[in-house]
Amino acid sequence: MTTIYEQRPGLSRRELLKRGTIGAALIITGSAVISPDRAWGMATTALKPDTMATLIKLARDIYPHDSIADRFYAIAVKGHDTKAGTDGQHKELIEAGIADLDKRAGEGGYRGLGWEDDRVEILREIETTPFFQAVRGDLVVSFYNQKELWPHFGYEGESYSKGGYIARGFDDIEWL
Amino acid sequence: MTAPYDLNDDSVVVIIGSGAGGGTLGNELAQKGIDVVVLEAGARIEHEDFINDEWDSFAQLAWLDHRTTGGGWRVSKDFPNLPAWIVKAVGGTTTHWAGASLRFQEHEFKTLTHYGEVEGANLLDWPLTLAELEPYYARAEDKMGVTRTNGIEGLPGNNNFKVFKAGADRLGYKECHTGRMAINSADRDDRMSCQQTGFCFQGCKWGAKWSTLYTEIPKGEATGKLEVRPNAHVVKIEHDDSGKVTAVVYADKDGKLQSQKARIVCVAGNSIESPRLLLNSASSKFPDGLANSSGQVGKNYMRHTTGSVYAVFEKPVHFYRGTTMAGIIRDEAKHDPARGFVGGYELETLALGVPFMAAFLDPGGWGRSFASAMDSYANMAGLWIVGEDMPQEQNAVKLHGEMKDKYGMPIPDVWFTDHANDVAMRNHAYTQGEALYAAVGATRSFPTPPYPSTHNLGTNRMSEKPQDGVVNKWGQTHDMKNLFVSDGSQFTTGGAENPTLTIVTLAIRQADYIAKEMAAGTI
Ligand SMILES: Cc1cc2nc3c(=O)[nH]c(=O)nc-3n(C[C@H](O)[C@H](O)[C@H](O)COP(=O)(O)OP(=O)(O)OC[C@H]3O[C@@H](n4cnc5c(N)ncnc54)[C@H](O)[C@@H]3O)c2cc1C
Ligand code: SF4
Repeated sequence: MTTIYEQRPGLSRRELLKRGTIGAALIITGSAVISPDRAWGMATTALKPDTMATLIKLARDIYPHDSIADRFYAIAVKGHDTKAGTDGQHKELIEAGIADLDKRAGEGGYRGLGWEDDRVEILREIETTPFFQAVRGDLVVSFYNQKELWPHFGYEGESYSKGGYIARGFDDIEWL
Repeated sequence: MTAPYDLNDDSVVVIIGSGAGGGTLGNELAQKGIDVVVLEAGARIEHEDFINDEWDSFAQLAWLDHRTTGGGWRVSKDFPNLPAWIVKAVGGTTTHWAGASLRFQEHEFKTLTHYGEVEGANLLDWPLTLAELEPYYARAEDKMGVTRTNGIEGLPGNNNFKVFKAGADRLGYKECHTGRMAINSADRDDRMSCQQTGFCFQGCKWGAKWSTLYTEIPKGEATGKLEVRPNAHVVKIEHDDSGKVTAVVYADKDGKLQSQKARIVCVAGNSIESPRLLLNSASSKFPDGLANSSGQVGKNYMRHTTGSVYAVFEKPVHFYRGTTMAGIIRDEAKHDPARGFVGGYELETLALGVPFMAAFLDPGGWGRSFASAMDSYANMAGLWIVGEDMPQEQNAVKLHGEMKDKYGMPIPDVWFTDHANDVAMRNHAYTQGEALYAAVGATRSFPTPPYPSTHNLGTNRMSEKPQDGVVNKWGQTHDMKNLFVSDGSQFTTGGAENPTLTIVTLAIRQADYIAKEMAAGTI
């Protein structure tokens, strides 16, 4: 499904710091995006790793769930890299869309804007563009359809194999 | 025991579609000893193979052939290629449906008489009365095992229902219960009882909910008089010089065109495909399409005035547990123009899983407001509004001017715009729904816009006079004696009630009529 992987030790902390990204920011190295705590990394094949890092940020700004880790947003947008690999038009749509975000954000780019509100202001300007529509339209499925995330929302998913809810609380409400 | 009929056998009744209308009609005719071939575009997927997962199930069962949509409704913007949520599989949309089974009210068969002329609406009385249909409604309820009829107990209420009921009581609503559902509350008809699995929209893996897939169809097949041919997508109905239909052309599982001869053809492809097929069957004799002398084929598309209200509470509800549609309030279903609109609406509980909630709560929505709503998922309750919408001539299923499907036939383009009456009704229902939940302590509520249409009606409507509609009171086309319409596209008007019980009722009645006319040699 996704080539996201547990980051093996390799880059030293010092090396990572040298590459200029610190704190909560995603780290860009070669052809990969690496989480600041180095818990995971994701190689890109068609999109620039910088583009992927911005896509991840953008995904969180679209559906901001503060207690859900970046990893899940990364998984959700990974499909754009895959699609860009076989679809030149899609690659152009995403690369140009991200470049446009960076341009609107000014020096430091989109990821450089510290406040979500400032980034969202830019998104409100572009929310009707094909780029934003493509990213959001895909994300609403690729993000919320991750089974690993359902417990966060309190959704239990498949229930047939457990015999339904007839003996598992279909009518257990007590506060009424 | 399935009876395989020859392509050249011109004595068979050919039914197009195996859903509520087609599947029922097929069984009813077979029980009378009539030879029937049901051509179904979709695959045969038995209920054990249904999937408890919203998107996977959607991919397994939904009709995903290319469609376009236009008009003023929000669906055309949010879901430009998904005007309707219906099924392509043996059993049709009765695999996905929730099971709510309500009779029309008497006045709903005579809307022009009771509501009077409504500007911009194409109201017409049905050429039928409730009294005429009552015996058939009774047969349908028995066949489908509808709760609260035939001595069948109601289903137990789930959490979503309990919140709903508490709100209904506080608002003073009198008629609120766990519904009349074609879902077994106890074992019946060799099918088990509901296990409160909560995936009714994904097909009931237990078979507790009625679907033609595992009731009508196997029963018909057991007579040796019914053949269901899956993966048979009908592209055209053919006729002779005398204006009688003679055969249907369909693409088989390999995409190869086949022609099945027929004595009678009954169209039951649901209200988008049925008129599309009639229009696509245009010939030099009938340049505007079959059975279209009135020009009404495809017109008056109705989809019920719908919408949802979801609300968030301080504490968990877990509304996705148990039957998807777990209760109803009928107090607003009456016709009471003092509310600012004609006709009425039902309120019915509804729950979606996380994947569908994300897609449908506020299509296109994003940002903190949206995400925080999703974060409250476990504490949500929800209801669905289903009310009578106005038939309007410009709301229509048309043939697309340029785009064609893989068989070279124009794809359907579905146009819909709310009538002012629809908007007034929906707003009233939103207000009531939000008040209901506020009365139980909701901290936030969402007036959610309509989903792609699950109820599709009216595009081959029934009329007394041939110039006003497409079929007569038996669903027989005014223009062609041996061509019938057997699905919800026959509806003259939509009523406030979920349509399937009425579709099944009309199919049972139509089978009696077809058998009688065949015996008399008139068709
Ligand atoms: C999620 C959901 C919930 C619902 N809940 C309820 C409810 O609680 N109560 C209620 O009353 N109704 C409900 N409905 C609506 C109900 O399912 C439909 O009204 C009913 O199934 C329509 O019956 P039909 O015979 O007109 O069409 P369908 O049941 O849709 O059957 C039509 C069949 O025709 C086939 N077909 C179409 N075109 C062709 C062709 N060219 N060649 C061959 N085959 C073709 C299709 O593949 C399909 O199998 C619900 C619908 C959905 C989607
Ligand atoms: S809740 Fe009941 S009717 Fe619905 S799918 Fe489960 S068992 Fe079937």
